[in-house]
Amino acid sequence: MTKITLISSVKPGGEGPTPPPSLYEKRNQIYPKLAHGKFRLVKWIVMAATLGVYYTIPWIRWPRGEGIPDQAVLADFDGEKFYFFFLEIWPQEIYFLGGLIILAALGLFLVTSLFGRVWCGYACPQTVWTDLYIWVERAFEGDRAARMRLDAAPMTANKALRKGGKHLVWLLIAFLTGGAFILYWHDAPTIARTFFTGEAPLTAYFFAAILTFTTYALAGTMREQVCTYLCPWPRIQGALTDQHALNVTYRLDRGEPRGPLRKDQGFEGRGDCIDCKQCVQVCPMGIDIRDGEQLACIHCALCIDACDDIMRKVGRPTGLIAYDTMAAVTQRLEHKAPQYRLIRTRTVLYASLMAVVGSLIVFGYAAKSTYEFSVLKDRSPPFIRLSDGRVRNGYTLKLVNKSTTAQEVDVSVEGLDGAAFEIVGIGAASGDGTLTLESEAHGVDRYRLLVTVPADRDAGAENLRVELRDTDTGETISASAPFTMGTR
Amino acid sequence: MTDHQPEIDEQSGVETTGHVWDGIRELNNPLPRWWLYVFYASILWAIGYMIFMPAIPALPGTGMSNSLGVRGHSDRALVAADMTALDAQRATGSAQLVNATLEQIESDLNLQQFALAMGESAFGDNCATCHGAGGRGAKGYPMLADDIWLWDGTVEGIQTTLQHGIRHYDDENTRRSAMPAFGRDGLLADTEIDDLVQYVTHLSGREANANAVTRAAPIFAQQCSTCHGPGGKGNRSIGAPNLTDQEWLFGGEPRDIQSTIYNARNAHMPAWQGRLDDATIKALSVYVHSLGGGEK
Repeated sequence: MTKITLISSVKPGGEGPTPPPSLYEKRNQIYPKLAHGKFRLVKWIVMAATLGVYYTIPWIRWPRGEGIPDQAVLADFDGEKFYFFFLEIWPQEIYFLGGLIILAALGLFLVTSLFGRVWCGYACPQTVWTDLYIWVERAFEGDRAARMRLDAAPMTANKALRKGGKHLVWLLIAFLTGGAFILYWHDAPTIARTFFTGEAPLTAYFFAAILTFTTYALAGTMREQVCTYLCPWPRIQGALTDQHALNVTYRLDRGEPRGPLRKDQGFEGRGDCIDCKQCVQVCPMGIDIRDGEQLACIHCALCIDACDDIMRKVGRPTGLIAYDTMAAVTQRLEHKAPQYRLIRTRTVLYASLMAVVGSLIVFGYAAKSTYEFSVLKDRSPPFIRLSDGRVRNGYTLKLVNKSTTAQEVDVSVEGLDGAAFEIVGIGAASGDGTLTLESEAHGVDRYRLLVTVPADRDAGAENLRVELRDTDTGETISASAPFTMGTR
Repeated sequence: MTDHQPEIDEQSGVETTGHVWDGIRELNNPLPRWWLYVFYASILWAIGYMIFMPAIPALPGTGMSNSLGVRGHSDRALVAADMTALDAQRATGSAQLVNATLEQIESDLNLQQFALAMGESAFGDNCATCHGAGGRGAKGYPMLADDIWLWDGTVEGIQTTLQHGIRHYDDENTRRSAMPAFGRDGLLADTEIDDLVQYVTHLSGREANANAVTRAAPIFAQQCSTCHGPGGKGNRSIGAPNLTDQEWLFGGEPRDIQSTIYNARNAHMPAWQGRLDDATIKALSVYVHSLGGGEK
């Protein structure tokens, strides 16, 4: 009988099994150093802008009419509507949101194939909040070297105070983030008050708590792990980028061979990279950009700032690390002039797809009707025979008026010879006659429609069409329904 | 006992349970840790649950059915609270509805939709069992969507029927009338009843034995016309059905008619006053009236 063991657990010397290597990589704490330069400035501005948008948008008012929420951006679950400034989306039009999501995805594809992962580097909430959290951390614990010293030092009152203060501010930011999130789902001034008086709905507390927790955990403690292990985008991005996409690139054609710069040495016969590791120290992902394109790089461009600083100090031209393409690096290595191609098959394809989806949304929205209207035939009884032999069918007429004013609409019934119709509580008409209904502003009305035909008909089903006409605008909309009739 | 040694499986190095089936031995692998912890956690949860929620059956004689739990949770109380909240929500509409006439209801779209929605749900709960969904009716249970009414088809008439019922044992104002059981009580001979069946068939415009019709004419005039009218058109004030139309509550075949004359039918409907509140009864009246056959 043979004994089966894992191959990896047998030492080469044959001294018996050892435990297999762990499948989990140990996490190395990253202490990003503060960079100075134009990209750092751009990132501060983008951070201020995105956070500003996130926190202020729910407070913008946008009057729409009596009894309708006046919040500019609101996902109103109670009223079952989605408001976005002048746009208003009802549940049955949710495909517009689907269109917007497709448009956003295509936009991301286009930007990625043109300029690499600018989304990851500048605008992604994970990046923005992590940047903010590192800023707080720096305020309490100092820059890279100070933080490393503090972490290595034994616990003192000073250390506890700095660490505690940092976590307190982090939690406060996390709470403000989670708190602002729920403002998008309720009337902001109301929920901001009721949240603290305990009158807000349970879901508000629930989601505020979840967002507080995720902000604190993701931006405070998990940071780069989110990008490398949780986020699908780095994987997707591999399929979207190519050698012509502008990425944050170490220009190895210029940098190699690298090595520390000795005092008496010039730059003859060697690369510009002096191996100072500043690009690694400022990196929030803890990677080395000189290893080339890699999954963990979020293309935040902070290493460009760090490297440019050093290049200026050693008197070499800046841009050893820069937004560049892999194609350009290769071409320079082959002593050719680099060529940049923004117009490529994929960029053209993404742009035209965006144009198609965008115009579909715009045309669809522009052409959508003021009314939504359905005629639902009674299932029971399927038909009614009256005492004089005439046959009647009952219907529920459901009329949705999406406009903000009450409207009058004319109703007519067509396609059924000799039919007379009646709307309970409104009146009766026959032939080409019409009945006038009032449709409530921004609401749903239900009416009961009875259609009656003379006795001299064969059993079976026919179709009738109910037509609705706005008395002011002349807008017409119709719906059809079966009319059934049985034998005696 | 003392010489028992745990058997170790050679292949895996794991202890066996000692159970053997057809030479296959069962390994005694421990449960996964996470599973074990979940198991312990659920025990802790159960203890907490027993403390906080009603969970322990009470001893007989204590007058309680179970422990109440720290939270004092009671599904019954929650339902009662929901019902109270519903009543409060409906209060304005209900008060308006009770005293409104049909005209007032029909001229106020909101009130009408309130009445119809309330009526529809109450109809489904209380009436559809016999009268069918949408008032479809069934043998012995009148169709409510057509224009044929035994008693009264106005909103007020429907309301009265709902309040007091039909032949309800416990209501003085119930709609009451009684057809004699002509056969069972020996008022008419079987041959006379057979002739009457032909006569009634003839009344509704169908083919019938002419001789029998002639023979039955005086019997009908003597026994039936008092209530059903000389021409058989019926009389709503006593709920006597029209015999000349094509609608038969208990069936229009000769067999059905024979049975009706022999035994009489005299169906019942319970009085709803006291079981449903005034607003619900009014909403039901408006709803039934709207089904299609309502009279002004």
